[in-house]
Amino acid sequence: MHADPAGVLTGTHFLDGDHACCEGALAAGARFSSGYPITPSTEVVERFAARVPTVGGTFIQMEDELAASITLQGAVWGGAKAFTVTSGPGFSLMMEHIGYAAMTETPCVFVDVQRGGPSTGLPTLPAQQDMMQVRWGSHGDYEIIALCPNSPQECFDLTITAFNYAEKYRCPVFVMMDEVVGHMTEKVVIPAAEEIEIEPRRYTTLPPEEFRAFKPGEDLVPDMPHVGQGYNVHVTGLTHDERGYPDMRPAVQDVLVRRLVDKIKKNVDKITLFEADQIEGAEVVVVSYGITSRVAQKAIDMARAKGLKVGKFRLITAWPFPEKEIAEIASKVKGIVVAEMNLGQMVREVERAAAGQAKVRLVGHAGGSVHKPEDILKAIMEVAR
Amino acid sequence: MSEQTVTIHNPVEDFLRMDRIPHIWCPGCGIGTSVNSFAHALTDANIDRKNLAIVSGIGCTGRVAGYVNLDSFHTTHGRAIPFATGLKLANPKLNVVVYSGDGDLFAIGGNHLIHAARRNIDLKVVCINNLVFAMTGGQTAPTTPGDVVTSTNPYGTYDPSFNLPYLVEAAGAVYVARWTAFHVKQLARSMEEMFAKKGFSFIEVLSPCPTLYQRRNKMGDGLDTMKFYKQVSKVRNGAPTNEVALTKSGEIVVGKFVDRERGDRGDYGNLMHDSLVDALGDDYVETEACSCQ
Repeated sequence: MHADPAGVLTGTHFLDGDHACCEGALAAGARFSSGYPITPSTEVVERFAARVPTVGGTFIQMEDELAASITLQGAVWGGAKAFTVTSGPGFSLMMEHIGYAAMTETPCVFVDVQRGGPSTGLPTLPAQQDMMQVRWGSHGDYEIIALCPNSPQECFDLTITAFNYAEKYRCPVFVMMDEVVGHMTEKVVIPAAEEIEIEPRRYTTLPPEEFRAFKPGEDLVPDMPHVGQGYNVHVTGLTHDERGYPDMRPAVQDVLVRRLVDKIKKNVDKITLFEADQIEGAEVVVVSYGITSRVAQKAIDMARAKGLKVGKFRLITAWPFPEKEIAEIASKVKGIVVAEMNLGQMVREVERAAAGQAKVRLVGHAGGSVHKPEDILKAIMEVAR
Repeated sequence: MSEQTVTIHNPVEDFLRMDRIPHIWCPGCGIGTSVNSFAHALTDANIDRKNLAIVSGIGCTGRVAGYVNLDSFHTTHGRAIPFATGLKLANPKLNVVVYSGDGDLFAIGGNHLIHAARRNIDLKVVCINNLVFAMTGGQTAPTTPGDVVTSTNPYGTYDPSFNLPYLVEAAGAVYVARWTAFHVKQLARSMEEMFAKKGFSFIEVLSPCPTLYQRRNKMGDGLDTMKFYKQVSKVRNGAPTNEVALTKSGEIVVGKFVDRERGDRGDYGNLMHDSLVDALGDDYVETEACSCQ
């Protein structure tokens, strides 16, 4: 279905990534946000607080991130599309409710505008250091989807994608920005509402007496009930059966948790997004994401000017990780250079997927500024040798 | 002579998920007793159960949401109130009850509770106070009185405890009452009154934990605790909440302590609505519910 025109600010704008993200959320149909301020993410909800009362919805400033990350889930079950935004220290506090969203299959979006850590770290300079935390941060086995925009335009586009994925797969979805992408200002084109595809909530059409709240469909995802309409749904973070009733038997745990994992794993080809350029015939491929991909582009251009055959592979979904694509690249190239603003996170996935078929070289950075293109170029030259 | 089985229908059964009974609560526990009062309050006040949602946290009382046949949410430890806040704000037509324990609401969830009271969110909060963290084995809670034995204060407690009605009134609640598991009728009437209020409302229900509190402190079983409640409770409606702190064996002041309105703008929903109408005029788009596409 198409976007509700009320939330779509159609036109050509000059926006920073945080504001573009807010417009993406509104276009996607988000009408509720609960927030707790933290730089460099707050601008997203500051704009939402100004915009949403004119569209029909609510912003509430909560007392902490623990509250912000569960209030939005109450709103989702109440019928809203909802999200929150944060940065590293706040993201750490939200882990509890990322697990709750995964277990209760609550469709919701978290935006993490990454800054340097650990702890309070670098307020407020860029990093890409929450890439493993977003995947593994809450306890237990579960799968999530994480998207990495590299421009304000993508902050708009991928926030819509995030809401659509959340509704389709009923899991928490993350927009993993970084401080530079969040604060850089560029042209952002917002299309007409009828050109924006929106995934509707998968409300059940069954009557209450036939409905089972956690009985999956063929795609392993269950439909949702409306609250206040006699479904008497029970939602719990405990291990539960198809009725939503707590059941601690290992067999029930196995069925439930495998399904939470499989509903993403078995749809990986439908979810994975990436940008690949001149992979065919390349000697070296540079893997990067977010703002680092734009610095890497400069290094790739410099290497190509020297006559090297260099390909580019940009992760748009960091999670699920495009394992198959990286394995295929590794089978054909001398080496892979991974540039990221941390001391080695996504590179571990690249190494795992490459499985020794090609050299994998990390160009890491502890955060605080973007890479120097020369450092990435140097790694490309060394790997190509 | 042929035997005939006669099934007597208990009207409370309509309110319960009978396929989940028996429940997990110990003999002599007051949580089930309070749920019985809750069921009677809903029936007597003729509350539309379709539009009623219940939210619990974690702990023995946290399990209430699982046994009542309503839209029910068993959330994370301490976070029932912020979940309920989102549910209520996104869907203001819903009547939202938070039903949880003293440890959940006042230890890990204390910050959320005082802020929801400050905002005057239209939530009906029932707090079962059994004076310890019961589900985990009877550890000292913020409500445990001094000079009692718990699993983590084997030589006696010395932490000062919260006086819940005093705290909640100070934070902004519009309705505050306390009863014990002995006062089943009064509790049901109080719950009815709470449903008639708009804004943050709070009822404390003192409950025995015969397994982990009374037993350790040689205070007998559930029945002995009922006798104790009967003996030491004193109804003092309108009592100043700073005078109702609980001690190990002293008087238990029960009754309705607070029943008020705050200012002229009512609960959080009204505050938000009026403020945005003032600021935005015709640009403000009011929504009955955030219905998503």
